[in-house]
Amino acid sequence: MSHRKHLVPACLLIMAALVSAGVDQAQAQTQPLSGVAIVSSEKDDALALIDTRSLAVTGTITTCKRPRHMRLSVDGKQLLVACGDSGQADVISLATGQSVGRIALGDDPEIFDLSPDGKLLYVSNEEDGELGIIDMATKKRLGAVAVGAEPEGVIVSPDGKRIYVTSEVASMVHVVDAATRKIEKNIAVGKRPRRFAFSANGGELWVSNELGASISVIDTRTLAVTKTIPFEVKGMRADDISPVDMKLSRDGQTMYVGLGRANHVAFVDTAQKSTRALVLSGKRAWGLGLNRDGSRLFVANGLSDDVTIIDTASAKALKTVPAGRVPHSVVVVD
Amino acid sequence: MDGRSLSGMLPAALPALLALLAATLALPLAATAAPLKIGLLVRADDERLAARLVERGYPGHPGGPAEQAVKMALDETRFELDAAKLEATLETVTVADAAQARAALQRLAQGGAVGVLVDLPAAWLAQIAPAASVPLVNVGAADDSLRALCTPQLFHTLPSERMRVDALAQHLLSRRWQRVLLLQGPSASDAARAAVVQAAIKRYGLKLAATRPYKLSGDPRERELGNLQLLTAARGAEHDVVWVVDSDGEFARTVPYRTALPRPVVGDAGLTAQAWAPNFERFGAPQLSRRFKRAAQRPMTGHDWAAWMGTKALLQAAMANPKSPLTALTATDFVLDGFKGTRNSFRAWNRQLRQPLLLTDGLGVIGSAPVEGVLHPKNVLDTLGVDAPESPCKPK
Repeated sequence: MSHRKHLVPACLLIMAALVSAGVDQAQAQTQPLSGVAIVSSEKDDALALIDTRSLAVTGTITTCKRPRHMRLSVDGKQLLVACGDSGQADVISLATGQSVGRIALGDDPEIFDLSPDGKLLYVSNEEDGELGIIDMATKKRLGAVAVGAEPEGVIVSPDGKRIYVTSEVASMVHVVDAATRKIEKNIAVGKRPRRFAFSANGGELWVSNELGASISVIDTRTLAVTKTIPFEVKGMRADDISPVDMKLSRDGQTMYVGLGRANHVAFVDTAQKSTRALVLSGKRAWGLGLNRDGSRLFVANGLSDDVTIIDTASAKALKTVPAGRVPHSVVVVD
Repeated sequence: MDGRSLSGMLPAALPALLALLAATLALPLAATAAPLKIGLLVRADDERLAARLVERGYPGHPGGPAEQAVKMALDETRFELDAAKLEATLETVTVADAAQARAALQRLAQGGAVGVLVDLPAAWLAQIAPAASVPLVNVGAADDSLRALCTPQLFHTLPSERMRVDALAQHLLSRRWQRVLLLQGPSASDAARAAVVQAAIKRYGLKLAATRPYKLSGDPRERELGNLQLLTAARGAEHDVVWVVDSDGEFARTVPYRTALPRPVVGDAGLTAQAWAPNFERFGAPQLSRRFKRAAQRPMTGHDWAAWMGTKALLQAAMANPKSPLTALTATDFVLDGFKGTRNSFRAWNRQLRQPLLLTDGLGVIGSAPVEGVLHPKNVLDTLGVDAPESPCKPK
C-alpha cells in the first residue's frame, strides 16, 4: 500500500524530533547556574532564569509542584526550593543546574530557613500550624513545634539559638528556643504578619504586616516591638497596601519592601525608619531578590506574571520581563 | 427516670462520676485562664438544613450547621486566647420562635457572654435585636431590612442581598451585558429580592428588558409561566443576560444552558455572587477552605464564612477590649482578616461587614467584586450594598 511508504519517514521524523528534544533538555539542565536571577513560578512548577546582564529570560528549570520560597544552602552550592503542593524541597546543584535530591517538608510547606551550621531546616507547615524541624543530613523530620494557625515567615537568629515564626491568623510572632524547641515568647504584631528580615547587626527583626500595611520592628534583645512603620503611597488607600517580602541593602542602610497590591517597592531608611523612595513595579509586587553587589533588586510581581528589575542607586525601574505564571520568590546567583 | 433505677445505677457510675468531678476541679487549677463565653442562637428544625435539600447544594444556601464554622474559628484562635490567658467557650442554644430567642439571649447576656452569634430568620432577629445588651452578629440572614434597623449593637458578617446583586451588576457592567431579562419566582421572598435586583440594575445603569414571573409547573394551561422556552424567548424584550431570582433554588437550576437564546444566566444559578467559594485560590484562601473541610467534612460555603468571620470578630473584640467588646467592634481601626485579600471592617452606619464578594459558577471563581475600575470616594468596598447616603441609619 502506498500509505506505508509515507508512514516510515514520518515515524523517523518524530523519533528524530524526540531525540533532539531530549538532547536540548539535557543541555539546558546541565547549565551551571551563575549570573542569573532564579524566579519560582507557582503555577508552572518551574523556575525561570533571568540573565543578570542582559535582563532577559534565558531558560527554565522544571522542579517540584508549586515552587514558592527558595534560598541557597549554607555553603552556597545548592539552591533549596520549597514546593507547596508536593510537600517537598527540591535541592538543585548550582554547578549543574540539576536536581540532586528531594527533602520531605510536610504538608503545605511555605517559608523555611536553615540553622547557621546548615544542619537543620526549619519550615512553616501552614495546614498543621507547625514549625517543622528537619535534619539535613538524614532528611528526616526530627520534630515540630505547635504554633498559631497558618504559620508563614520563618527566620533563624544569626547565632542559631532562636527561630522566629509569624502566624498569619494569630497576628503574632512566636519566638522558639532552638535548644528546648519550646515557645519562649509570643509577640503581638500587626495584622497578617508575613515575612522577616534582620537589621545589619541582628539587633532588630523586621516583620511585614500584610493587612496592617506596616512593618513591626522587634528589638531582638528585649523581644518587644519598638517601632511600627506605616506605609503610604500617594493616590492609594491603606487598604491597597499589603507589604510582604523584605530585603536588606548590602550596606544595611535600606530595607527594600515589596508593597503587594500597591504595586510599588518601598526603600525604607533603616536608621530613620521612614520611606525615602517608592519605585513603581508590577501588579502585586511581593518576592524580592538582590544581586551580590546590591546594585539590582529583582521584584516578583504575582499578579502581572513578571519581574521588575530596579537599579537601587537611582531607585528607578530598569526593565520588566515576563517570568512564568504567578512568580513568587527570587534568588540571585551572580 | 424514677428514684429506684437511679440508685440502682449509682454504684456502677460512681467511679466515672468521681473522675469527672476530679477533672472539673483540676481544670481551673491547671489553667488560670479567665472565661470568655460566646453564644450562638440557632433555629429548631432548620428547614434550610434538611438533608435532601443540602444534598442539592443550591448556590447561596447553607451547607450545614453554623456551629461547625464557629468551632473552627474558636480552635484557630486558641493560641491567641492562651496568650491572653482566656478560655473561650461556646454555648449553642436552639430556639423555636422569637420569644424563645429573646429569653435565650437574655440568659446568655446575664451569663456573661461577650457577644452572641445569630443564625435566625430575619423576622425573629428584628424582634430581639433592639433590646440586646451584648453585641449580636447576624451570620445567617441576608435581608436588607435588617441593615436598615439602625440598631447599633447588631452586626452582620453575611453579605446583604443588596451586596450580592450589586456584585453581579458590576460584573455585567464590566462585561457590557447591559440588557437584563429578569425571571422572578412566586414567593414573597422572591418579590423582595427582585426589587433589590431592580435597584442594582438602576444603580449601575443596566437596562431591564423585561420582568417575567415564573412558576414551577408542567401544566400546559400555565405554559407562559412554566415553559422555559417561552420564558426566555426575546418576545420583544431583547436581552444580553438572564437574571433569575429564585429563593428556593429548584427552578433556577434548570435555567442555564436551556434558555431560548444563547444567553448567560446569573443570580441564583449560573454565575452567582457569594461571600465564599471553596475553590477560591488567592490570598491564602485554600488553607481556610481545607481547614474547614477537615473540620466539617464538607466544602465551606458563604454562610460558613460568615459564621467563622463573626466568631473571629467577637473574639478579636473581646481580646482588644475585654470590658466592652462593643466599643472595640465599632472602633474605626477595627479590622478583620477574611482571607479575601482586603481589610474587612464594619460600616459605621449599619454595621455591615465590608468585604469583597466572589463570583462563581460553582466550579471555580470567575472573578470578584468590586470589579476593577469601579470607584468610590472613600472605600471601594462600599460600592457593594447600601452606602452611607442611601442608608436610613446614621454613622454611630
